[in-house]
Amino acid sequence: MRVTVIGAGVAGLACATVLAERGAEVEVIERSPDLLADACSRHAGGMLAPWCELESAEEPVARLGAEAIDWWEARVREVWRQGSLVLAPPRDRAELDRFARRTERFARVGGEEIAELEPDLAERFCAGLLFAEEAHLCPRCALKSLAQRLREMGVAFRHGVDGREAGAGASTDLVIDCRGFAARDSLPELRGVKGEMLLVRTRDVALNRPVRLLHPRIPLYIVPRGAEDGLYMVGATMIESAERDRITARSMVELLNAAYALHPAFAEAEIVDIGADVRPAFPDNMPRLCWRNGRLYVNGLYRHGFLLAPALARMAADAALGKEALYAH
Amino acid sequence: MNFYGVDLNCRLMLGTAQYPSPAVMAEAVKASGTEVVTVSLRRESGAGRAGQDFWSLIRALGVRVLPNTAGCRSAKEAVTTARMAREVFNTKWIKLEVIGEEDTLQPDVFGLVEAARILAEDGFEVFPYTTEDLVVAERLVEAGCRVLMPWGAPIGSAQGLNNAFGLRALRAHFPEVPLVVDAGIGVPSHAARAMEMGYDAVLINTAIAKAGDPVAMAAAFARAVEAGRLAWEAGPMEPREMASPSTPVIGRADLA
Repeated sequence: MRVTVIGAGVAGLACATVLAERGAEVEVIERSPDLLADACSRHAGGMLAPWCELESAEEPVARLGAEAIDWWEARVREVWRQGSLVLAPPRDRAELDRFARRTERFARVGGEEIAELEPDLAERFCAGLLFAEEAHLCPRCALKSLAQRLREMGVAFRHGVDGREAGAGASTDLVIDCRGFAARDSLPELRGVKGEMLLVRTRDVALNRPVRLLHPRIPLYIVPRGAEDGLYMVGATMIESAERDRITARSMVELLNAAYALHPAFAEAEIVDIGADVRPAFPDNMPRLCWRNGRLYVNGLYRHGFLLAPALARMAADAALGKEALYAH
Repeated sequence: MNFYGVDLNCRLMLGTAQYPSPAVMAEAVKASGTEVVTVSLRRESGAGRAGQDFWSLIRALGVRVLPNTAGCRSAKEAVTTARMAREVFNTKWIKLEVIGEEDTLQPDVFGLVEAARILAEDGFEVFPYTTEDLVVAERLVEAGCRVLMPWGAPIGSAQGLNNAFGLRALRAHFPEVPLVVDAGIGVPSHAARAMEMGYDAVLINTAIAKAGDPVAMAAAFARAVEAGRLAWEAGPMEPREMASPSTPVIGRADLA
C-alpha cells in the first residue's frame, strides 16, 4: 500500500513511522523547506507525563498516553525515564492537594526526598508529588531522529510541497492529513490554543527531570533538555488565540518569574530561544481520527503531541490498513 | 431581575475561563441554566482578532455575552479593551475590571471610576467589578453605572463572603441598584448566602471551572442560587439569643 502523509510534525512523523514499520510504502509531504521550520511540535515541552496530565485532561489522554514512553524509547535515543516532579511554594500548598486529587500514580515527597531527587532544589521546597513512571524527551532531537530513521527505512520526504491538493490516485492509495492547525480549511471545528515558551541555558543549576511549579494563576514547567547540558525549556502559556508568531512581554515575564521562583540562579541564565505557536484543538480538547473528503485526518493533539502521537499513529495505521483489507475483498 | 432594561430570569452568571475544554464549558453553561456569560478579551485578542475561534464558541452558546476587561491594569487599557469588545460581540454591555494589585487582583477603584465615567459617556452599559466600599459604589453610580458587582473575596480564592457586614450595608444603601457578587465564591453555600442577603445575582467562574466535575457543580450552584433567592423573598427570620420551642409548652398534658 502506498501512503502519503501530509505534515512532518510529530503526528505526521509518528504515522509515517508506524505505517512504514507495517510495510506500507510511505512518502511524507511538508510545506516548509526544513524539517523543524513550521511544526508546532518543535516548541513542545516533551514531557511524557500521562498521569500528570490528568490534572486538566480527560481519562483517555492518560490511557493512550501510557503507550508513549515505550514507543519513543524504542525508536529514538533522547528519552529519559526520570519521572516528573510537581512542586508548590508553601503559600500555594493548596494547589498541590488539588493536583493530587485529580491525578494518579504519584508519591508524596517531603523536603528530604526532594533534596535527594533534585539536590539543587534542597531547602527550597518542602512538599511535592513524584510521578516516578513518567519520562521526558528532547522534542527537536526526537523529531530529527525519527525523520532520519524514516529515511533509512526508505521513506521519501518532499519538502516545500503544499499537501492541500494531494489526493489518492495514480501515485498513492491513501492520504493521511497531519497538517495540524493548517488543516482548519477542512476541519472548521479546529481552533488554535496559543503557547509561548523559552529556551534558557545555565550551568548554575542542574535538574534531572521535568519540574512543574504550581501557581493558582500561572502554572508552568521547566524541562531539562538532556542532549545539551545546561539547556532548559520553560513553558508554556495557554491562550485561546490563533496567533502563531509573537511572544508577549507579559508571557515572557511570567515564564521567567516561574523559573526564578524555582531557583534564583535562573536569573543569570542565557536566553537561547523564544518560541510561540498554536496547538491544534477540537472543542473537547481530545484528539480525533476521522475520514473526510477521502482522506484520513489525524488532528487535535492539543498540548499532548508527543504523548498521544504514538497511539494516534497506531490507530491511523489500523484504519489505513483495515481499509486496504476491506478493498481487497 | 433587570440589567439595563434587559429582563433576566436566571440569577446565576458564569465566567468562561479555565474550563478543561470548551465542550465542558458549554455543558456547564447548559446545566447552570444561566442567561449571561462573561468572556475576557484582553489577552486572547493578540495583535488582531486572533481569539475569534474561542469567541465564536462563546457566541454559539446562545446566551447573552457580557465581555470583560480582565487583566487590564489601567483605565486607559480597560477603555480600549471595552471598545474592542463592543465590536467583537456587538453589545453595549461591559464588565469593567481594572486590577490594582498583582497578588490579590483587587480592583483599582480610582481607575475603575475613571474608566466607568468614560465608558458610560460613550454609551456603554457598565458592570463594574468593585469592592464592597460604599463610597466607591456611590461614585460608580454617579459615573453612570446601573449595576454594581462587588467582590465577595479575591478572584479565584474560594473564600466566600469575606465582609458580610459590608455587603449587607451595600445592599441596604442601594435598594434599587441591581447588585451582583462577582468574585471569591467557592461553594454553593456561599452563593446561597449572598442571595439570602438580598443580592440580585452571583457570578461564578473558578468554583465551577476548577471543580472535579464542572457540569455537576454548575447544577449545584443553580440550585443554591434559586434556594437563596427564594429564602430572601420568603423573609428569613431574625436570629435570637434564646431558644424558642417550635411547639408551645403551655397546655401540655400534665401526666404527673
